[in-house]
Amino acid sequence: MDIDYVANLARIELSDEEKTTYQKQLGDVLKYFEKLQELKVDGVEPTAHAFPRYNVWDQDESKKGFSALEALKNAPQSRQDQVVVPKVIEE
Amino acid sequence: MSQDSPIFKTATELSADLTAGKISSVELTQAMIERVETVDEKVHAFLHLDKEDALAQAKASDERRSTGECLSPLDGIPVGLKDVISVKDQPLTAASKILENYRSPYDATVTVKLKQAGAVVAGRLNLDEFAMGSSTENSAYGPTRNPWDLERVPGGSSGGSSAAVAAREVPLSLGSDTGGSIRQPASLCGVVGMKPTYGMVSRYGLAAFASSLDQIGPFSTTVEDTALLLETISGHDPLDSTSFPKEIPSYSAELKKPAQAGVIGLPKEFFGPGMDDEVRAKVEQSIEHYRSLGYQTKEVSLPSTDLSIPVYYVIATAEASSNLARYDGIRYTSRSNRAQNAIDVYAKSRGEGFGAEVKRRCLLGAYGLSSGYYDAYYLRAQKARTLIRQDFERVFKEVDAVLTPTAPTPAFKFGEKSEDPISMYLSDIFTISTNLAGLPGISVPCGFTQSGLPVGMQLIGQAFEESSLLNIAHAYDRDHLYGRQAPNL
Repeated sequence: MDIDYVANLARIELSDEEKTTYQKQLGDVLKYFEKLQELKVDGVEPTAHAFPRYNVWDQDESKKGFSALEALKNAPQSRQDQVVVPKVIEE
Repeated sequence: MSQDSPIFKTATELSADLTAGKISSVELTQAMIERVETVDEKVHAFLHLDKEDALAQAKASDERRSTGECLSPLDGIPVGLKDVISVKDQPLTAASKILENYRSPYDATVTVKLKQAGAVVAGRLNLDEFAMGSSTENSAYGPTRNPWDLERVPGGSSGGSSAAVAAREVPLSLGSDTGGSIRQPASLCGVVGMKPTYGMVSRYGLAAFASSLDQIGPFSTTVEDTALLLETISGHDPLDSTSFPKEIPSYSAELKKPAQAGVIGLPKEFFGPGMDDEVRAKVEQSIEHYRSLGYQTKEVSLPSTDLSIPVYYVIATAEASSNLARYDGIRYTSRSNRAQNAIDVYAKSRGEGFGAEVKRRCLLGAYGLSSGYYDAYYLRAQKARTLIRQDFERVFKEVDAVLTPTAPTPAFKFGEKSEDPISMYLSDIFTISTNLAGLPGISVPCGFTQSGLPVGMQLIGQAFEESSLLNIAHAYDRDHLYGRQAPNL
């Protein structure tokens, strides 16, 4: 497993020590998963949910949601009813 | 403490005492708070207890009762919640640093149902961070200890919920079960724990781990109490599109009806090597008991069992990596103060806020879903999941329930498995396939080892047949009541 590539996909910063530890531990886990590769699954339908339900519709009615104040209560930084984030678009 | 103390009573008994006016909800809640203050220093099942709020709910219950109103048999009875179930204005940490300062802005559907039933919703119970683990050692706030032996783990991930009931800090609690996280800790702590059929209990307001596997379920000291709590929290919820539209019978009333002894299947793959001898002996004794009650037993085969751990860890980690993307340091989780740009906010906040097992699982999940590996891991695991499901469908043509041990060993010591993910994953070997197949499963205490550690057996039922499963479990439990034995604390 390319630990740097996967850490970037998962958006998790890892220390060098963590990289070494997880590389080894996850390598062992993947080895353990190898028996999946031997399995014959030709023609088997995948299961996403044990009891799938399709087209679960709701009435198209407006309902009361959170006020801006309630929605922002847990935000690490907010201003004027909005979440503050570092600049996303470069100049 | 005197054995007549309310803390040693079941919810069913307490309900009768409240009705008869022998105790008030405030007295009961006060006794619970005192118990927590006495023993939780040792057990550490609670992450948070809002005493004032609990007593206010108890007072409201007493006032209702004084005017002749009683909302349900649970009116006035304390119920503790695993710290992944939302209660408005209360903390929800999921035992993670990343949610250290979070307060829920709304109630989970199960919380609404408990409040409507008049229950005293009290206490946030410890767990493995984001419900990932089998020992509660992965909590960012320190592990919970097994009330039967403080040197040992309570199991996990709902270890706080099982230990709180075992230590008689609350008569009832709720946990969540993705691969055994209710049943395995119930087994290790000597209490009853049940995972309902997928879709029976709304997941709205539950911090998601693996959405196609997660279910909320009860802990108690008897099967009778589990029936009472389960009927309170079950039912269709328009806020959870995977919740199933199904009429919920009164499980506790069904328990009182005479049940016919049916057929119990014993899957040979679950009784192979790797199981502790004392666990095997206790489970075999419980099988004998069913035979003495007139049940037939039958050897059955679930040939895809050895696939269940790899299939589970591929699917659960994939879903987790996707679900946990929401903890991004932007909207409601703590943000790293080292972050310079948007990507930094995600990566540094998550790097600082998540513990080792959560990181491992997010990495594994992202890998299994990534370009070039999706077919080999995620899709293949979903196909293997079909085979596991079909195994059970075949077996349930011949039997009413399947009986297995809940966990391969009694409670293990701290640190014994924490550095070896695979050996930890193997402690869920008997519970995982139930989640993959969506079936209901219950762990019932079936005795103690020579050294006094509890052992549990697992009964697996047919989809949406909770009533039948509870009846079979009750037939054993009422004759033994091992869950009513309390540890010395």
